[in-house]
Amino acid sequence: MIPAAFDYKRAPSVYDACELLSQYGDDAKLLAGGHSLLPLMKLRLATPSVLIDVGRLTNLSYVLDAGDEIQIGALTRHHTLETDPLLKAECPLLAHAASHVGDPQVRHRGTLGGTLAHGDPASDLPAVVLALNGTMVIRGPRGQREVAATDFFTGFLETALEPDEMLIQVRLPKTGGAGWSFQKFNRRAQDWAIVGVAYAHGHGVGLINMGPTPMRASAVEQALSSGASAADAAAVAAEGTDPSADLNASVEFRRHLAQVLVRRALVEAGV
Amino acid sequence: MEISLTVNGEARTSDVEPRLLLVHYLRTVLGLTGTNVGCDTSSCGACTVLIDGESVKSCTVLAVQADGLDVTTIEGLAPSAEEMHPMQQAFREHHGLQCGYCTPGMVLAAVSLLAENPSPTERDVRLGLEGNLCRCTGYHNIVKAVLAAAGQQVSP
Repeated sequence: MIPAAFDYKRAPSVYDACELLSQYGDDAKLLAGGHSLLPLMKLRLATPSVLIDVGRLTNLSYVLDAGDEIQIGALTRHHTLETDPLLKAECPLLAHAASHVGDPQVRHRGTLGGTLAHGDPASDLPAVVLALNGTMVIRGPRGQREVAATDFFTGFLETALEPDEMLIQVRLPKTGGAGWSFQKFNRRAQDWAIVGVAYAHGHGVGLINMGPTPMRASAVEQALSSGASAADAAAVAAEGTDPSADLNASVEFRRHLAQVLVRRALVEAGV
Repeated sequence: MEISLTVNGEARTSDVEPRLLLVHYLRTVLGLTGTNVGCDTSSCGACTVLIDGESVKSCTVLAVQADGLDVTTIEGLAPSAEEMHPMQQAFREHHGLQCGYCTPGMVLAAVSLLAENPSPTERDVRLGLEGNLCRCTGYHNIVKAVLAAAGQQVSP
């Protein structure tokens, strides 16, 4: 499979990337690790006429200790997330979940910003950033702005990013020793989650593949905040979700799985 | 677009279309057909090569993304025509292959795995080769070969 032809531009800075995005508009896509975009282009499901390669902006690959929070550059690769000592100690949910993305080769290329900007409800890390109440830092021609993770995923493969904007950083709270869990249910090694759950005690519950966007399990969060047990909170896990059916699972199976996996997550995290 | 990269220690400069995939660059432009195309969807790992020492699936990398970088394919692993790389030797000794189609990718994924984790457990090896499918061996002898290449005692 070969992608449709496109023009290739290499952006030497975030500024240049945004300039190029402004110039080419909706016809352009940013290329980071390429592990979400290139498979779509090979299937001709995506046919951008211009690719703007930001993969060499190594100054956007970092994990920084910023007091109560951790700042992560958008071009930080999954492999770095899974091995970073600060994340392992202070945000273990993300480090652990990153080690379950794809396989080692995919994690050597794929980036945190790329997977978030792609906005696929079946991806692992959007649910983690939602569960942690993360903040997206976005740069564009009109300057810099911050968007809460809960406001970032707006539709199927759609985000709050404007066509001329670039996600440059993700801010996450330090969770230290607080309970957490990541549950990914699939049938074979390296498969996407049929359903998945990310839980961070004191922050939230994120769901993978339970609707057109990555989403929070709001009903579970409300139940927990009013003192429900793990079992009672998990029983409402499918409320407010809108999963689809595919070869792997029916709607009913996904709704059932969400309850089972939320219960496992809450129990593992000590709720 | 003109790209310059190092492939198996040799400097290469080529004029390529931006949409050319790295695996096709290696196979059809450079004639290095040891890198196989299996699934073509970044699942099977047959196209695994090393970029700057790390395993990647070359069916999901553009040749232009490798511009300026150091690529190693199976042809560039052995130190000489007479001597195999220790990982290749271990695959041979422990019968870690049958039809051989997955083998170049499997060997390079294993080399990358040991570079990151020189003393893996059996579970580490199995998880570390998650991105490489083999339809012949049932994996047991591949795992043995990787553990042996890491200097560990394995049953014959």
